[in-house]
Amino acid sequence: MSQVSTTPKPRRNVELALLLLALAVGIGANMMVGVDQEKAFDSDFWFQSSLLAAAALVFHGVLRFRAKYADPVILPIVVALNGLGLAMIHRLDAPGGDTGNNQLRWTLIAMAVAIAVVFFLKDHRILRRFTFISLAASALLLILPLVPGISAGEVLGARVWIRFGSMTFQPGEVAKITLAIFFAGYLSSNRDLILLAGRKIGPMQFPRFKDMGPMITAWLVSIGVLVFQRDLGSSLLFFGLFIVMIYVATSRISWVVIGLALIIGGGFVAAQVFAHVQQRVYGWLNAFSPDVYENGSRQVIEGLFGMANGGLVGTGLGQGRPDLVPFANSDMIIASLGEELGLIGLFAVVLLYLLFFTRGFRASLGTRDAFGKLLACGLSFAVVLQCFVVIGGVTRLIPLTGLTTPFLAAGGSSLLANWIIVGLLLMISHAARGPVDTTPLPPAEAAAAPGIDTPTEAVKQS
Amino acid sequence: MSDLTITALRFGFLLLLWVLIFSIVSAMRRDLMVGRKAAAGAPTARQVRRNPELADAPPQPVKQQARQLVVVEGPLKGRTLPLAASPILLGRAQEATLVLEDDYASGRHARLFPQGSRWFIEDLGSTNGTYLGDQQLTRALPVEPGVPVRIGKTVIELRP
Repeated sequence: MSQVSTTPKPRRNVELALLLLALAVGIGANMMVGVDQEKAFDSDFWFQSSLLAAAALVFHGVLRFRAKYADPVILPIVVALNGLGLAMIHRLDAPGGDTGNNQLRWTLIAMAVAIAVVFFLKDHRILRRFTFISLAASALLLILPLVPGISAGEVLGARVWIRFGSMTFQPGEVAKITLAIFFAGYLSSNRDLILLAGRKIGPMQFPRFKDMGPMITAWLVSIGVLVFQRDLGSSLLFFGLFIVMIYVATSRISWVVIGLALIIGGGFVAAQVFAHVQQRVYGWLNAFSPDVYENGSRQVIEGLFGMANGGLVGTGLGQGRPDLVPFANSDMIIASLGEELGLIGLFAVVLLYLLFFTRGFRASLGTRDAFGKLLACGLSFAVVLQCFVVIGGVTRLIPLTGLTTPFLAAGGSSLLANWIIVGLLLMISHAARGPVDTTPLPPAEAAAAPGIDTPTEAVKQS
Repeated sequence: MSDLTITALRFGFLLLLWVLIFSIVSAMRRDLMVGRKAAAGAPTARQVRRNPELADAPPQPVKQQARQLVVVEGPLKGRTLPLAASPILLGRAQEATLVLEDDYASGRHARLFPQGSRWFIEDLGSTNGTYLGDQQLTRALPVEPGVPVRIGKTVIELRP
């Protein structure tokens, strides 16, 4: 574990400068999409731009006095991505469509929740107390869409939605956060047991079942529920999260080997057993054959044609026809951006995700407690794996699954969950980059004033 | 609007995207240095495990001043435990290296581990906390021989 020797610097002014640049990207994109249709500066444009800018600057202001040492580039990256997504969704709105404004509404809600996370969560170590509550919450969130009454039924072949009145929500998105909290909390206190106890078979050391029990249960619950919900993408996401966190905690390459073997084996079995998976894989391998195109691969192929049409520099925002692709503003938004911004623009978007990921890992390296390290790793990895699954699906590297592109795609639950991740990463990076915090974690009962050594009341643990 | 303006705006926007990326990268350039030692090619944890001779600390605790752990107070008073090169788990749980028969200790209370020539203690999220001297642990701290470590009603010390 390396320690940074530089003196802590808040660098909030750097953040402000980058944030203004990011807003220029988001608002510029929003202006570009209508520039030749005489609707460049209509009321929608002013409304959306000013609200986005105001929300981003409020977030910046809150960071200034609440988390002074938080990473200065995370917020600009996310605002730029979110602004690009808003512009693209606004552009794809059919006349009179409301998706753009709906997305803006969710952006504001999500940012408000992220600000609340920064404001009220003084110390990310508090989350460690909720290790097992998080496990229960994850299980609950994953089961919710199967409960009759609140389930929104089967939408597009997957049962992942719940309904409150007219609103729908995808609880699986939030479950990735609670699962990451559980894995981080459990692994940070049981790492040694998993590492040291257990018997050796050949060159590999297997942990005892007792130590691995809760982890295996968590994994089985998430995979099991997802098989019943028929959501391949989330299943891949949770499994990847599980493998990466256990690898980071134990630094044993055998976990990665076992994980990859399980993914390949599981994928093979799933392709044999489940009709919908089989259809997906077949559609992926034979995407260009006409009969598959008619019922299955049309979306991906149209997206590929769109990106090919865009070429290196793209058709320009508002100039292409990404609206020909089904779900151009949610599942296929990467293809839409690829068509209008070209390879150069798409690489910029991918690079923004990559930079976000490196900042998450940087926070993880810098923070001093094992729980924070694992949590930052897990959360930033979840975002980047989701990007890989989506972009890989759109570019036909892997079968297309129904995951959302973080921060870009239309959809409220995804935005909300990803902005909460941003809030948590900002808090962890604040702890990582700030001066060493030597005050003890305040006991649950009485929040001790910093610096005062309150004698802890002896509680008999059962 | 003329085609020329639109084309200029189009390329201008791509340029703006990359200006953002380069500004971000230059803003974090200083941050990319993760300590001098890592850059100088210090062996990673895995390399050390494969080839123990890479570890800059000697594999056998020759230089470690502390050679044994002594329980100086509490139900287990008088117990000693030799310190080898592997970490020690303290707690009430049966799998702990030193099983504390102490009602005020958590199942997996704290962990003592060697790093370099010193031993460090880290609290594992225990209910009642771990105290090094009179300071409650919030992160891993080095334990010098003779400094009392209090876990519940048990006090342990490292001895040469």
